[in-house]
Amino acid sequence: MFLINCPYCGERDQSEFSAGGEAHIVRPKQPTELSDNQWAEFLFMRKNIKGVQFERWNHSHGCRKWFNMVRDTSNDKIHAVYKMGEKPPIK
Amino acid sequence: MSKNLRITNNRFIDQTSKISFKFDGKTLYGFKGDTLASALLANNIHLVGRSFKYHRPRGIMTCGSEEPNAIVQLGKDPSMTEPNTRATEIELYEGLEASSQNCWPSVNFDIGAINNFFSPLIPAAFYYKTFMWPANFWKLYEYFIRKSAGLGKSPSQPDKDIYDHRYLHCDVLVVGGGISGIMAAKTAAKNNLNTVLMDDKNTLGGTTLFQQNECFKINNSYSNEWIKKEIKTLNSFKNLTIKTRTSLAAYHSYNYLLARENLTDHLDLNEKKDKIRQRLWKIRAKKVIIATGAMERPLIFNNNDRPGIILSSSIKKYIDYYGVKCGKKISLFTNNDSAYETAISLNNSGVSVNSVVDIRDKTNSLIVKQAEKLGIKIHWKSSVVNTNGYKKINSIEIMKLSDDNTATVGKKIIEECDCLGISGGWTPRVHLFTQSGGKLKFRDEDNVFLPDKSELDQISIGSCNGDFELDEVIKNSVKLTNNFLKVNNNDYENLEIISSKEIDKKNIWLLPSDIPLGKTKPFLDFQNDSTANDVKLALREGFKSIEHVKRYTTTGMATDQGKLSNMHALGIIAETAGVKMGELGTTTFRPPYTPLTFGVIVGRNVGEFFDITRKTPMHDWHVDKKAEFENVGQWKRAWYYPIDNENMHEAVQRESKAARDSAGILDASTLGKIDIQGSDVSEFLNRVYTNAWSKLEIGKCRYGLMLNEDGMVYDDGVTTRLSENHYLMTTTTGGAANVLSKLEDYLQTEWPELDVYLTSVTDHYGTVSICGPNSKKILSKVIPDLDLSDKEFPHMSFKNALIDNIKCRVMRISFTGELSYEINIQSSYAKSVWEKCFDAGKKFNITPYGTETMHLLRAEKGFIIAGQDTDGTMTPVDLQMDWIISKKKYDFIGKRSLYRSDTIREDRKQLVGLLTEDPNEILEEGAQIVGKTNKQPTEMLGHVTSSYFSPNLNKSIALAVIRNGKKLKGQKMFVPMKNKTISVTITDTVFLDKENKRLNA
Ligand SMILES: [Zn+2]
Repeated sequence: MFLINCPYCGERDQSEFSAGGEAHIVRPKQPTELSDNQWAEFLFMRKNIKGVQFERWNHSHGCRKWFNMVRDTSNDKIHAVYKMGEKPPIK
Repeated sequence: MSKNLRITNNRFIDQTSKISFKFDGKTLYGFKGDTLASALLANNIHLVGRSFKYHRPRGIMTCGSEEPNAIVQLGKDPSMTEPNTRATEIELYEGLEASSQNCWPSVNFDIGAINNFFSPLIPAAFYYKTFMWPANFWKLYEYFIRKSAGLGKSPSQPDKDIYDHRYLHCDVLVVGGGISGIMAAKTAAKNNLNTVLMDDKNTLGGTTLFQQNECFKINNSYSNEWIKKEIKTLNSFKNLTIKTRTSLAAYHSYNYLLARENLTDHLDLNEKKDKIRQRLWKIRAKKVIIATGAMERPLIFNNNDRPGIILSSSIKKYIDYYGVKCGKKISLFTNNDSAYETAISLNNSGVSVNSVVDIRDKTNSLIVKQAEKLGIKIHWKSSVVNTNGYKKINSIEIMKLSDDNTATVGKKIIEECDCLGISGGWTPRVHLFTQSGGKLKFRDEDNVFLPDKSELDQISIGSCNGDFELDEVIKNSVKLTNNFLKVNNNDYENLEIISSKEIDKKNIWLLPSDIPLGKTKPFLDFQNDSTANDVKLALREGFKSIEHVKRYTTTGMATDQGKLSNMHALGIIAETAGVKMGELGTTTFRPPYTPLTFGVIVGRNVGEFFDITRKTPMHDWHVDKKAEFENVGQWKRAWYYPIDNENMHEAVQRESKAARDSAGILDASTLGKIDIQGSDVSEFLNRVYTNAWSKLEIGKCRYGLMLNEDGMVYDDGVTTRLSENHYLMTTTTGGAANVLSKLEDYLQTEWPELDVYLTSVTDHYGTVSICGPNSKKILSKVIPDLDLSDKEFPHMSFKNALIDNIKCRVMRISFTGELSYEINIQSSYAKSVWEKCFDAGKKFNITPYGTETMHLLRAEKGFIIAGQDTDGTMTPVDLQMDWIISKKKYDFIGKRSLYRSDTIREDRKQLVGLLTEDPNEILEEGAQIVGKTNKQPTEMLGHVTSSYFSPNLNKSIALAVIRNGKKLKGQKMFVPMKNKTISVTITDTVFLDKENKRLNA
């Protein structure tokens, strides 16, 4: 059970949050211009890596804000949290 | 009680308070402070169960949570009886009743024991191999296996006990109240840290509490006297919480831990009543100090499982703590120094020790010298090669070990005994450390896995960290604790410690015997009955991974998770396969450390607290009218309103007819309602719905379909423009929360530039829906000054109104195809408005109808229910709703997916109507549809999604999804049922009023 540092509320128990999958997948501005393959790349393909991963999280039972998290999926270590629209503090 | 098995000992057991209890129906006596195990031993009862596979007699083997054999059924009450409890952990109380498990008809005469004689025929994985074929015989096998293996009986009635959950936050959590834990907790508390100390026993002190031996002294006191003083000083700290009888069950990431506190299990039956039985602590600790100690290992030799064979350190605790002699003529068998502590304790209490059999050549440590001084006989470089006695050990066979330790040599000595203490060294309790994700390292010198790397803010101290000698335990625990807490507690700096040092170490995982290996029974896992031979067989059969060997032989898979057996299993695998133990790794220890009751896991979330129940403002009215309710998500919705013993079908037929013939009234309060405000709402709606929204005028309503990005229908509902920048969206009852989350997600992450604000107002408004040709007349009585003319108030429009000076919103929208109005009013007024409408409608036979009738009415019109006629694989095109997809809009959620190669396939499943050949035949929802019946197997082309008997059309109607259904209109299909095949014809989805005339009736 993680202890997550919501960028708006501070440290809260994981049970207040829900995970929203991989971060930084921008919805294409002009979907109609895309080929089936390009659209499928956006729609279906996710990295699901073992190691440091960029993820979206929602403080669903708190401030309801979405934010990003850098988490190592191999040991669940959270390296950073940052607001939507901000650049990842870690590469 | 056999008095001669108790020594006079008033230190821990109150020998003045006699307690009566029942075991296997027999009334016995013990004392306050006993465990069930110590009381049984005091009554000379060793035989407490039968083994899993061979049904061999098994006795109490330990004094703690690692007990594999003394697993008993506790209590007789059908709601409170508890299987698989460990007699070594149950504190004795007045009225306790326990019985043996896994034996039939009784522990002394067990029919399954015949398996023991057939044991050469029951090798590893016997059950897997034998009961594989034929598959349909499994019913028989299962019955047989379950009956003969039965591990206890679960209660048959709901649990009457109360359980509780609580949160706990602390700076430092110390797990384990032995000598290391006590020193660590005191150090933390002294430095003003908010500290919690937990121990699963009823008292602190661990094994030091009863260690009264010349070889272990601190500042000239016996170590037990020293620790007692330390425990006393703990009480002075206000910032230290001590929790005994509290077992740490699970250690998760970010120092989140779960512990179970036993509050009443030790109380007399009549004192337990109305109290919380167990509490689950949900702990978040800044720092964790694990001080869980070590457990003694057994030795693996032929027939090492007879009742009366007990871990040496447990015999010591039974004599020193409980004052109970495990036997009158006790032999000990060891590979290390600790058995000598037991020998000395027994000797000091007047119990004769036959001899100590030691596999080592000879050793001269302080404690061994003391034992020799007391005249205790030692068989050096020897092994026990066999034991005798069926229901209780009566002798052991001792032989010398060969120089290479692979065989036994010389003359066999037979030694009579009624108890054998065994000690195979010590295993640090690293279970919690590994649960938390910590990695282990292997120490070759004494074959132990030790805590190595951890990501969390934690340390292990004391013997769980590999320190087994008193002076090292103290020295290292103090140093590690001070460093970890960044403090400097010098209380323990200049202690004068006497501690016997183990000089010689020797270990043989599987001890040799004079009998060939295949003919011996060296048990590894006592509860699951697997032997060293089974593990060797598994290796011969090609199993290599420890995890596979474990599952194949079931070693370590019983309720004790192999606490005693795992190390030997690993040792034998490593030896046989010729690999190093450190490289082999270990199996995973999973939470909970000891089994938890279901009661403590669910806590208070039972009965009415199991889930939230949401009720509409009109709920009580429905109850008064004897409505049947259905659960829709967490909502209770009126399903139908039976009158005079009507069944559901009859009630729904009546309600459906009334709604179309005159007037019906429906509680629509559960529909999701989202208040949307901002200057960009119309643009927002354009992006989330498939149709166009920019031209929606103020005061108008529009139906919208929402897709997922994959093009599949997600939700639908009507949205009303209340004013320039103010809208009210409705969603399906079940989809409300998800729709709001999804819309928030897009707003916050994809379109933060839009000026749009979403607020859930589902609970804020009650919704009364009146439909039917007379609905206008009824509404005009309720709100006389509202102009209801079609010109002023046409279909799909909205008006603000007042009812008795209370503001409300009236929408003219319809989900039934009838002329229909919805009144939305603040929840607290909704019931009175409902009643007002009902009274006004009496003249017109206004009929309350429930969700079932609502579903029927909309099916007559071919309106879909998202979630019933759709299942996340239907596009609007599949639903034949092409009209709702805007061709002009550049983009909306899911648009691009509507022309992916898969979604433009013509042979997708599509929504159609079905009419049965026999108009009285009602199809079953979910029934499969096929095109042919003359050939088998035949392809399933689709299934029925909605089906009703329509009283308004006087025939059965259904909606279905069928492959390529759009093009098959007019074709015959078949619905094969268990005892008949129903012929159907594919039709249009709209069955009634295709021209929508009734909307303006
Ligand atoms: Zn927050």
